[in-house]
Amino acid sequence: MAHDKRPLEFYILAAFFALFVLFLYGPLSAVLILSFQGPEGGLTFPLNGVSLHWFGNLFEKQAVGDFGAAFRRSFALGAMVMVVTVLVSLLAGLAFRRRFLGSNGLFYLTVASLVVPSIIISLGIGVVFQQLGLKPAWYSSGFGAHLTWTLPFGVLIMFAVFNRFSPAYEEAARDLGASSWQTFRHVVLPMIAPSLVGVGLFGFTLSYDEFARTLMTSGTYNTLPLEIYGMTTNVTTPVLYALGTVTTLFSFTVILATLGIILMLRRRQAKVS
Amino acid sequence: MTTVRLIGAGSTKDKRVFRIPPALVAYLQAVPLTAILGFFFALPILMIVTVSFWDYDFAGLYPDFIMLNYEEVLGSWVTWKTYLNTLKYMAMVWVLTLVIGFWVAYFLAFHIRTTTMQMVLFLVCTVPFLTSNIIRMISWIPVLGRNGLVNQGLVGLGIVPQPVEWLLYSDFAVVLAMVHLYTLFMVTPIFNTLMRIDRSLFEAARDAGASSAQILWNVVIPLAKPGIAIGTIFVVTLVMADFSTVQVMSGGQSASVALMMKNQMSLLQYPAAAANAVVLLVLVLFMVAAILRVVDIRKEL
Repeated sequence: MAHDKRPLEFYILAAFFALFVLFLYGPLSAVLILSFQGPEGGLTFPLNGVSLHWFGNLFEKQAVGDFGAAFRRSFALGAMVMVVTVLVSLLAGLAFRRRFLGSNGLFYLTVASLVVPSIIISLGIGVVFQQLGLKPAWYSSGFGAHLTWTLPFGVLIMFAVFNRFSPAYEEAARDLGASSWQTFRHVVLPMIAPSLVGVGLFGFTLSYDEFARTLMTSGTYNTLPLEIYGMTTNVTTPVLYALGTVTTLFSFTVILATLGIILMLRRRQAKVS
Repeated sequence: MTTVRLIGAGSTKDKRVFRIPPALVAYLQAVPLTAILGFFFALPILMIVTVSFWDYDFAGLYPDFIMLNYEEVLGSWVTWKTYLNTLKYMAMVWVLTLVIGFWVAYFLAFHIRTTTMQMVLFLVCTVPFLTSNIIRMISWIPVLGRNGLVNQGLVGLGIVPQPVEWLLYSDFAVVLAMVHLYTLFMVTPIFNTLMRIDRSLFEAARDAGASSAQILWNVVIPLAKPGIAIGTIFVVTLVMADFSTVQVMSGGQSASVALMMKNQMSLLQYPAAAANAVVLLVLVLFMVAAILRVVDIRKEL
């Protein structure tokens, strides 16, 4: 592979890859541009002037419902899901390092939680809450529904991380007299920290964008994706695009911040070793 | 250990008197995951199976053991048509995501020379998948719509006399949007397996006189099978569960199993939806079990 001249295959595949990236980002950038549509403009090109009209419209309650409150709920829910996903996945990842009775069963339960259609889980949790006489709400039933989606990702990532984790480091720490807590805190944790941040990112973004599982479980108050889903049927102005631009930029910010943290952790670790 | 301490500085009084037996630690660590999945996943599934045998009317659900819900689901030819339609989407999306996903992963794994560049390009592919699915669906409206970019281009170039109607709100739009949404689930696992292929195998194959096509068919693809299998599980289950893409992109003209369930749920016909859910669940688990015969995922992680 170390030839200086690239084979023809490379150029064909590079063109294919470029098309794929265009396919991924093209439509998204159309939304981005059209959200700056003038007040008279419609849902398609051409731009009828450039304005921030639709962004202003976003914050009027009668135009799109209570977007701010839905955003706050989604943000809080994402943060809750993130924290629980990181902690529970880490503990489960540690547990799976040993063989224990039922470990296979628990592993397949986790995988099943990933492959069972979201809407079935949504329906199931909705019915359970109804039969138990509990009121569904985004912070209880919705929270649980999101965890059935984020936890499998987290657990599988931790599983993969610990599969590649050499026990030699821990043995060395123990030989030097470290307690098991000290071994975990000063040896294991710094090494897996970037992966944990990655799990956190998955937990937050998957929850923040999730709506199939929230459908039957959010109770009276909508999360942001449900709010947007509702809008697709009854909003016919570019305010929809403005909302799309705002949430997408928010997602990008979260992703970039997380990548920054991961890079920082890696660099610090490289400096130590 | 104890003897050493006794002989030593007499520090027998270790601070930690209470010690959890190591055998128990793994169980304690597994408790939170088991509890959460037990209550929010296993229990709801059992509940659905139970409720699918219950009776209901507009006022509520009545515990019972009747087969009526299943008779209605399996006896109606609308159901069969909807299942066929969903399977059709699944087959089309699977083929497209597999072909696109494989070549994207192949390009990233074998044609990009530095790890940094590989990671950067991989992230470029990943980022859109961490943003809202609904927004990504909506983003096709200005592109495919009657006055959208594609139609403006086609009419402007004189290729078609008037805008093409079937670009948006059609099966075409549904499949396109699903490919757009789900291809990464194919790229990631295949990329993962391709990266683990020992490059010296290529040299060996080439020394033995294999052409590039033969290497691809006899070396790369067999070794990529686990990745393809995992990607397939993701794509198959995501398409079978989809209702929003079908609803938004077909403009309400096509149906999928999950969309049918959603409509029953909004009419509060929970037992009917539950019977549907059980049928769908059995179908999906059957497919996943068939795929898992090809690959042991515990080994692949």
